[in-house]
Amino acid sequence: MSRPFGARARRRLGALWRVLCAVSGDDAYERYRAHHAATHAGEPLMSRREFCADAERRKWSGVNRCC
Amino acid sequence: MMRRLSAVVLALGGGIALGGIALQRHEPINALWIITAAVCIYLLGYRFYAAWIATRVLLVDPSRATPAERLNNGRDFLPTHRAIVFGHHFAAIAGPGPLVGPTLAAQFGYLPGTLWIIIGAALGGCVQDMTILLLSTRRDGRSLGQMARDELGPLGGFAALIGTLLILIVLSAVLGLVIVNAMKHSPWATSTVAATIPAAILVGLYLRLWRPGRVLEGSVIGVSLVLLAVVAGGWLDHQPQLRNAFDYAALPIAAAIVIYAWVAAILPVWLLLAPRDYLSTFLKLGTVALLAVAIVLTHPQLKMPAVTRFIDGSGPLFGGALFPFVFITIACGAISGFHALVASGTTPKLISNEADVRLVGYGSMALESFVAIMAMIAATLLDPGVYFAINTGAGIVGATPEAAVQTISGWGFPVTAQQMQSLAQSVGEHTLFARTGGAPSLAVGMASIFGSGFGRSLGAIWYHFAIMFEVVFILTTLDAGTRVGRFMLQDLLGHVWVPLGRTSWYPSVLFASTLLVAAWGYFLYVGVIDPNGGVNILWPLFGIANQMLAAIALSVATGILIKSGRARYALVTLAPLAWLAIVTTSAAWQKIVSPDPHTGFLAAAGDLATRLAAGALSAERAAVAPQLIFNQRLDAVLTVLFTAILWIVILDMGRVCVRRLRGLPLRSSSEAPYRQSQLPGPALAGQ
Repeated sequence: MSRPFGARARRRLGALWRVLCAVSGDDAYERYRAHHAATHAGEPLMSRREFCADAERRKWSGVNRCC
Repeated sequence: MMRRLSAVVLALGGGIALGGIALQRHEPINALWIITAAVCIYLLGYRFYAAWIATRVLLVDPSRATPAERLNNGRDFLPTHRAIVFGHHFAAIAGPGPLVGPTLAAQFGYLPGTLWIIIGAALGGCVQDMTILLLSTRRDGRSLGQMARDELGPLGGFAALIGTLLILIVLSAVLGLVIVNAMKHSPWATSTVAATIPAAILVGLYLRLWRPGRVLEGSVIGVSLVLLAVVAGGWLDHQPQLRNAFDYAALPIAAAIVIYAWVAAILPVWLLLAPRDYLSTFLKLGTVALLAVAIVLTHPQLKMPAVTRFIDGSGPLFGGALFPFVFITIACGAISGFHALVASGTTPKLISNEADVRLVGYGSMALESFVAIMAMIAATLLDPGVYFAINTGAGIVGATPEAAVQTISGWGFPVTAQQMQSLAQSVGEHTLFARTGGAPSLAVGMASIFGSGFGRSLGAIWYHFAIMFEVVFILTTLDAGTRVGRFMLQDLLGHVWVPLGRTSWYPSVLFASTLLVAAWGYFLYVGVIDPNGGVNILWPLFGIANQMLAAIALSVATGILIKSGRARYALVTLAPLAWLAIVTTSAAWQKIVSPDPHTGFLAAAGDLATRLAAGALSAERAAVAPQLIFNQRLDAVLTVLFTAILWIVILDMGRVCVRRLRGLPLRSSSEAPYRQSQLPGPALAGQ
């Protein structure tokens, strides 16, 4: 009995973790890599560091925080 | 059948709750009535009005490919699950505005502000956000200014740019003032806030050097550090030597904030701005959720009357009668023009399906409005005497506690110096008199709610947690606003001399940042030296500016609806636009021509000048009077400017509509052509 329950709990925790990662933007680089592999396979891929710097620059050059 | 049943339940619930509020006029009312009425009306608005607008007015087409799909680059254009877009959008629009505005408007009683928050959001604010979001989504995520230029003409676009820049200046000044008043002579609050700066830098370094992009880890570290800082601040407050090192008057704190914002604007974003934003977003979402749970658990009674005597315009927090000033004071939470900038920024580039604009646009604003309702509850559950003692400047009630309690009790809101003293002690503060700006009284209200929900013995910790939460929140808006304002200023300066327009040229960055910080720093400085608290002048100015921006957004929306042959539905945006035009213009008119020095800028300047000339001012007040006189006149000029921009855009929209109705040629629509969506639902990011 305990095994399926444990497995279910682990699955749910995993789903929760994925939602948290998506909401916070923690998985942004993984998503970019997946997108890159699917549609721009031949082009150069940004490193994690380059991608994060680029994302920050884009995010903070427009109005994205309010009164 | 179930949907109809739920609608009937919602309508009944909303009706009963509103009836409860209406009938219990002369006895304390429970906050749950207000919560129930608000939630039912938001849900009804979402279920019926928003759905009708989406299908009939905006012609939302779920089969149409959005820019996130068409221009998908895996980065800023990215089809994203609607729940996640909702989270991003809500985090972006929810700022300190809905916390401060309702707190100030509570001087009229709980009823006027509450009704405006609920009705204004359901029929105005949510509609504006959803409409602008869809219009921008249809135009590849173009900004409000670009849409104004494309659809109305260069005049509308230029007015939108100038209006936005001015609102950023007034907003930064007033928010700076709110935190100065929360931190002055409070070593606990000052040391806690100071500690958030190295905490943010540490998180910045962590996310840049050690674990790039690991936002969750960084945020957990940062939030733990700032919570530790709140507790450590309490310890520091009991160490006489350390305590003195963080005990400052208002002026040095204001200077520190100005210098801090200037440094934050020129430093690379990853070092301070971005990590601070992660901290404030987590704190914001967590605290708002905690507050909602605590209000439902403790369901406090509101002690403020439904309507106070100050609806006649004699209010101590700010001058001006109920109409139009309650509608100016509460902008964010009911309708906020600033949201139109966010709804035409990052969000439309993430929308995977047009149908999502209802949840993201209308839904996020309804939630923001709910935050404003909670702020109203936190302000009105305090004893009214305590509320006025905290929020009224020494220039109005008198500088000593005895004078203040006598004046306030004389208004019919009894309060004693001893009551204020023991309240200050219970939250770990030296005094709570004349802590204007709304943040301290909100923190006392939140501490009271959290205290009765989760442990009363922690009153001082809850209070300083609430202060830290508000200040971190405001500093993020200040940092981000200064940075965006700098870009806009550089954009404008580029027309004067091209190199000044280069955002990466360091001399230009320094010049534009200094100019912008000096502009809002000036208003902050005058607010700090004003014995009446300064917020009474700056907040209405900010309200007028924000409503002006909302009117620009609604003009763009109305213009587009009429241009595209949907004139019969134009009332959806035209009605809130007309209301805002009436409210903003009459507020501006009163601020300029009112002969009452308590309300009118020019009357106040004239009154002060007369008293200065007659030698009727104390030496202290006479020293700052010339600056205050100049500032009131400058505020009058700004008010005229805001109103002029408002009417220029409305008339420009009117011109476009008349041309359309007469069949004259118009600028062609900037809407991207239709393309069938190929997106399979479950392939979205975040699923």
